[in-house]
Amino acid sequence: MRRQGFHGFVAAATTAALMLAACGGSGGGSEGSEDSTQTTSGGSEDQELGGKLVISNWDAYMPKNLIPSFEKKTGVDVEVAVHTTNEDIMGKIQAQSGSGFDLVFVSGQFVEPLVQQGWAAEVDPSQIANLENLYPEASELGYDPGNSHSVPYTWGTTGLCYRTDLVNAEPTSWDVFHDPPAELDGKMTMLGTDRWLLQPALLAEGASINSTDPQIIEEAASWTVEAKQNLLGFDDTTFYSKLVSGEASLVQAWDGWCNYGIAEDKNIEFVIPQEGSDVWTDTMVILESSQNKAAAHAFIDHVLEPKNGKAVAELVLYKVPNQPAMEKLDGKLVEQYPNLGIEPAELLQQEPVKEIGGDGLQLWSDAVAQVKGG
Amino acid sequence: MKVPHGYLRVHMGLLLLFLYAPIAVLLVLSFNASRLPSVWGGFSLIWYRSLANNELILQAVQNTLVVAVVVTLLSTVLGTLLAVGLQRTVRSRTLDAVLFLPAVIPDIVLAIGLLSFFNLLRFSLGLHTIILAHTVFDMIFVAAIVRTRLGYFDRRIEEASLDLYAGPVETFLRVTLPAIFPGVIAGALVAFTLSVDEFVIAFFNSGPSSITFPIRVYSLIRFGITPEINAVAAIVLVFSLLVVFAALRLARPQGEDRVGHGPVA
Amino acid sequence: MSSFKRFIPRAVLVGPGMGYWIVFFLAPIGLLLAYSFLERGPFGGVIAEFTWGNYPRLFDPLYLKVLLTSVRIALVATSIALLLGYPAAYFIANASKRWRVPLLFLVILPFWTSFLIRTYAWMVLLSPVGLINKALIGIGLIDDPLPLLYNELAIVIGLVYAYIPLMILPLFASLERLGGELREASADLFASPFESFRTITLPLTLPGIVAGCIFVFVPSLGNFIIPDLLGGGRKVMIGNLIQQQFLQARDWPFGAVLAIAVVVLMLLLLGVQAQVLRREQATES
Repeated sequence: MRRQGFHGFVAAATTAALMLAACGGSGGGSEGSEDSTQTTSGGSEDQELGGKLVISNWDAYMPKNLIPSFEKKTGVDVEVAVHTTNEDIMGKIQAQSGSGFDLVFVSGQFVEPLVQQGWAAEVDPSQIANLENLYPEASELGYDPGNSHSVPYTWGTTGLCYRTDLVNAEPTSWDVFHDPPAELDGKMTMLGTDRWLLQPALLAEGASINSTDPQIIEEAASWTVEAKQNLLGFDDTTFYSKLVSGEASLVQAWDGWCNYGIAEDKNIEFVIPQEGSDVWTDTMVILESSQNKAAAHAFIDHVLEPKNGKAVAELVLYKVPNQPAMEKLDGKLVEQYPNLGIEPAELLQQEPVKEIGGDGLQLWSDAVAQVKGG
Repeated sequence: MKVPHGYLRVHMGLLLLFLYAPIAVLLVLSFNASRLPSVWGGFSLIWYRSLANNELILQAVQNTLVVAVVVTLLSTVLGTLLAVGLQRTVRSRTLDAVLFLPAVIPDIVLAIGLLSFFNLLRFSLGLHTIILAHTVFDMIFVAAIVRTRLGYFDRRIEEASLDLYAGPVETFLRVTLPAIFPGVIAGALVAFTLSVDEFVIAFFNSGPSSITFPIRVYSLIRFGITPEINAVAAIVLVFSLLVVFAALRLARPQGEDRVGHGPVA
Repeated sequence: MSSFKRFIPRAVLVGPGMGYWIVFFLAPIGLLLAYSFLERGPFGGVIAEFTWGNYPRLFDPLYLKVLLTSVRIALVATSIALLLGYPAAYFIANASKRWRVPLLFLVILPFWTSFLIRTYAWMVLLSPVGLINKALIGIGLIDDPLPLLYNELAIVIGLVYAYIPLMILPLFASLERLGGELREASADLFASPFESFRTITLPLTLPGIVAGCIFVFVPSLGNFIIPDLLGGGRKVMIGNLIQQQFLQARDWPFGAVLAIAVVVLMLLLLGVQAQVLRREQATES
């Protein structure tokens, strides 16, 4: 019959699809090949924990061997989901009423909302021997006093990332966005994420980056609207490649991301403006709904191994709050990426990013909508 | 008198140029030795090689294809039947409009709504929930496109077929369906396309390890679009081209007109 | 007509689709509708307290401005998509049979690669240091790069590019049924091809036009990637706003309100479409 061929094709496609689905379309999400050539962690004993652990993290944010070595050590089967932004994973957790994962990686300011809604489990220090590897400053970050419900993974600050060969003088102030020198006009970008978009304005005016005062936010919004005239645009993801291509000469950047630019072009440098900046933290949170908290704790302990902390810093080019790990870092790496060498004491001089609550978030998001849409 | 074919041909050519300009860019960039799209580092095949070992991306592509094929089949069937049925029922304009809501609602709304709904029912998440979610709006797209075709379908030939003692199902398959076939094909194409590239709904309704290609691509956004991703896109493109033309070869009738052509006089 | 009773019962045709719709669409959306009348939780989500207060916020000039901007940009994109898409659909519908489906696939194929990839490719093309500007400067046509990116122009280009197949396919489905005989007959009756087009072809393809326009207009409103990447975050569309409310502000009730506002707008448009379809059916019989 004349439609035989087409029907045949459809039938074949369906069969193929169903076979693929049956063979494990939804299975096998754990990390790639088991790298058994590298010895796993020294020190701690092999604990046979078994069971399953579901983690959600940013993509390519963990060293390749971190999960396989953990699985080998403990017999736990790890499933890794990815999220692109904090807001995405928070939305997912919210819609599932706090379940769906055992352990999630979120930035510090999201710990409190999780705690307040009863979804973050209390950390049991007795199960995490390596907590002692953390700098003392890592427990003073403010968003979760004493790290009772979260454990820091990486931390850093925000500042100005720029091309030394494209600027006439080293930038020193957040004001550069508001009143730029001629060569920078139209060659700058600012971060577009709500919490960072208003930071330059707030810091330039000497206010807190966690402010919820309507008056202050109003002024910050006006400042930023005026600065917008001088910008190329708001950019969260491609700002460092704009620096490399020369499309931009100076951008607001997280320190780790600036390093990705530095990796491509030695002329790029990072500086914290004189008014100060923030300190942000990415943390690990165990969800209260988890059925395998033991494995989750063991995983955190594994992450805090000095050799693993070092691998994280080398992969992501962020600082980790893990003292022995940072001390082990190759001197050459720190030389190449100076902001890796920022001491915790210096970091803590900046203001930690904290949750600002529902009303605060509303205030800020309206301000941002005004800035971007205006 | 003839339609001004010359102009139309030029127009089509320019449109294809417009459609394929970014594709050409991404194809070229997939051979870029440098990681950044703004700098050309020389011709290289390293990304294709690393892709062959990148199980994460390959798994994601497989997931996407599985989802898209199943969604297309489901939504084409449901949507076509829906369109044919709706055509015959007397219904209000409001109901008509309301039925088409899944196609017009912002995706984040559908995403969160469905996830909350699945959560309420304690439904576990996985590829199947992505399939269920995509079908919701794809079915309506199919129905809408098939309906533009149905509007002109002369039901008298159906009557004739029934009068000649063909059963209802046979009439549907041999009379109705062929007449609306271009609409069904167009609808299926749209359904497949929409599912293959859908991120928001897929992300919110996916299980931890049911990662589709769009989710994978979006999650790597920190590194920009690596040439590896471009390599995947290039391969997907070439592969689709091959599959499509092979299918067309298979389906080509022996000189018969299988695309309906208006009412049979 | 008695013969219609012998066709497949309407319940069988409509049943599965409607059933699916009710379970997997009505229920979730009902949930969100409920959310729009609840108080937001202090840290996200909703708490079970009834309130009307979310709706009046809709009329804040800030949001109305965003809505207006979005509608304007989406309308521009839709019009351009129609102008570009109609001749293309016409060409494909009138091409010889062996070219029709391949041409359709050619139009669709780019869209089987990732949306994000294509958007980044556009950035490479449109950027001040991008390919188009480099080429134009290289030829000597211009001295300074043209501002093709991080503005409304880029957003429109991005939207047209993203949704033009959704314009072409319904148009094709609609145009395709106009057989050669019809064109010839109308050509005999009318003085010029243009008049024949205007009087016969255009009205008969109106359902396809309306469907195509809605398919482009609606996602254009809801898109948040293109204003962010191609627009440089300099414009906020309704899509950005809704996404922001649900995810960044964690204000689900207000996000639901915004979504409902958009939906009401859409319902009005769909009502228009339904009206057009019915009128066409009336003239047909």
